[in-house]
Amino acid sequence: MTRIEISPLQRWQDYLREGVLAYQYSPDADRAVFYPRVLCPFGGKAPLEWRVSSGRGSIYSISLVHNPKADPHAVALIDLDEGFRMMAIVEGAAGTPDEIGRRVVVRIGQPTAEGAAPTATFRWENAE
Amino acid sequence: MRQLPQRGSVAIVGVAESDLGVVAPGLTPLDLMGQAIQRALDDCGLSLSDVDGVFSAASQLRMPTISLCEYLGVKPTYTDSSYLGGASFQSLAAHAALALEAGLCNVAVIAYGSTQRSARGTFVPQRDQNEYDSAARPRLPVTGYALAAARHMHLYKTTREDLADIALAARSWAQLNPVAFDRRPLTREDVLNAPMISSPLGAKDCCLVTDGGAAVVMVRADRARELAKPPVWLLGAGEAQEHHSITQMADLTSTGAARSGAQAYAVARLNPNDIDVAQVYDAFTITTLLFLEDLGFCPKGEGGRFVQDGGIAPGGRLPVNTSGGGLSYCHPGMFGLFTMVEATRQLRGECGDRQVAKADTAIAHGNGGVLAGQSTLILGTSAAL
Repeated sequence: MTRIEISPLQRWQDYLREGVLAYQYSPDADRAVFYPRVLCPFGGKAPLEWRVSSGRGSIYSISLVHNPKADPHAVALIDLDEGFRMMAIVEGAAGTPDEIGRRVVVRIGQPTAEGAAPTATFRWENAE
Repeated sequence: MRQLPQRGSVAIVGVAESDLGVVAPGLTPLDLMGQAIQRALDDCGLSLSDVDGVFSAASQLRMPTISLCEYLGVKPTYTDSSYLGGASFQSLAAHAALALEAGLCNVAVIAYGSTQRSARGTFVPQRDQNEYDSAARPRLPVTGYALAAARHMHLYKTTREDLADIALAARSWAQLNPVAFDRRPLTREDVLNAPMISSPLGAKDCCLVTDGGAAVVMVRADRARELAKPPVWLLGAGEAQEHHSITQMADLTSTGAARSGAQAYAVARLNPNDIDVAQVYDAFTITTLLFLEDLGFCPKGEGGRFVQDGGIAPGGRLPVNTSGGGLSYCHPGMFGLFTMVEATRQLRGECGDRQVAKADTAIAHGNGGVLAGQSTLILGTSAAL
C-alpha cells in the first residue's frame, strides 16, 4: 500500500502555481476526469494520469451571480476541449444564455496573500 | 434482485404538518416533529405506543432518528436516517415499505422538522467542501438551478415569463390553502422585476424560507384497512442519484427524475397520463418545469409551453403543487415530505377549496441538493389498486 503524500487538490493547485491548468486522464476509460481524485470513477481500475489542458473551451451554461456586498460576477460551467467540465468565473461576461457556446480561455491568477490558492478564471478567447 | 417495495403492500394512513411559517420562539426541529407526529397519529387513530419504526432526515440534526426516538420515548425495532437532501423522504417511505414488508416494524413514522426561518443568522446550512467549485463563488444552491435554467433557455427557447407562470400557479394554489405562508396577490411583472439572485432566477423564482415540520404514518395493507381514514396506497417508488456537484451533471436539462419516475411508473403499472395530481419539489421555478418533463407529463423541451398561461394553475391542464408548493406554501429547508402530505390529502378528498375533482392517483416527487438526489412515489386510492 502506498501512502498518499500529495492530495489531488494540492497537486492541482501546484500545477496552477506553475501556470498550468491540469486535469486527470483515465487510460482505462480513455476519458478525462475532473475534479481530481484518487481513483478512476469509470471503473476504478487503472491509476489516473495527470495531463495539461490547453485551457481552451466553451461555455456550457452561465449565470450572473448577484452578491449583497459586491459587484455581480458571471459563473459558468466550461467544457474544456480535452473533455472535462469545470465551474469558473468568466471575466467580462454578462452571464446571459446567449453566451452559451462561446469560446473561452483560462487565465491563471497567482495568489498575493501567503497561503492563498491560485485561481483559474476564464475570459473570451477572441479578447486575447 | 428485487429492491423496490411491492405495489400496494403498504399504505399511508396518517399525515400532518406541524405549525408552519414562523413558529413560536424557542421551538426546536424536534418539537415540530413531535407535534406533527402527534397530529399524524391522531389522523389515523394510532398512538405513540404503536410506533416501532422511526424514519427521519433533517438538516439541523446530526443524528435525527437517535434524537427523535429519545424525544418521543420510543425504543424502535427499526430506524433509518438515509440522507438525500430534500429527496430523503420519498426514499425513507420506500425504505419504510421494505421494512414493513419484511416485518422489521409494524407502524412506521416518517418525520421532518426545521426552524430554518427562525434560526436565520444562527443556523448556517452545512455545505460540502468542494474547493474546485467554491473558487467561482457560486450562490448555492441557487446558482446550480440557474445554470440549469439558462441551459434550458438556450436549448428550448424557454423564457423567464414561462418560469414566472410557474410561480404564479403556485401562488394561485396557495391562495386556496389557508395555511400557506404567502397568499398575497402576485403578477408576472412582480416575478420578472424581483431582485435577481443568480440569473436567470430572481427572488420570486426561489422557494420560501419558513419553519415547519411534517409527519407521515405507514402500515401494512391488512392494518391499513382498519384505521380511521381511507388508506392511500404506495403503488410505486423509484430513486436515482446522478451527481453531487452541478459540474458532474451530464445534461443540466435532464434530471434523474426520468429514471426514478420510470421505476415508480413501472412498479405502479401506470403512465404519466394516468396521474390525476402531481406534487413535485419546487425549490425553484425551473425545478417544477424540469420535473414535469422528466416525469413524462410533457416532452423534453416543452415544459415552458406546458406551464404557460395557467397550465398548472387551478383549472389548468394538470393540477401541480396544489398546496402552493415550496414557492408559496412553505419551505422549511427541505420540502420532500410535504409533497407526500398534500398528495395523500388530495387522494382522500380533504383539500377543501383546492381539492382536485378526480384524484385517484398522485405522484409525489422529491429532489435533493442541486438536482442531485431524485426520489419518486406514486400513490393511489383503493380505486387505483
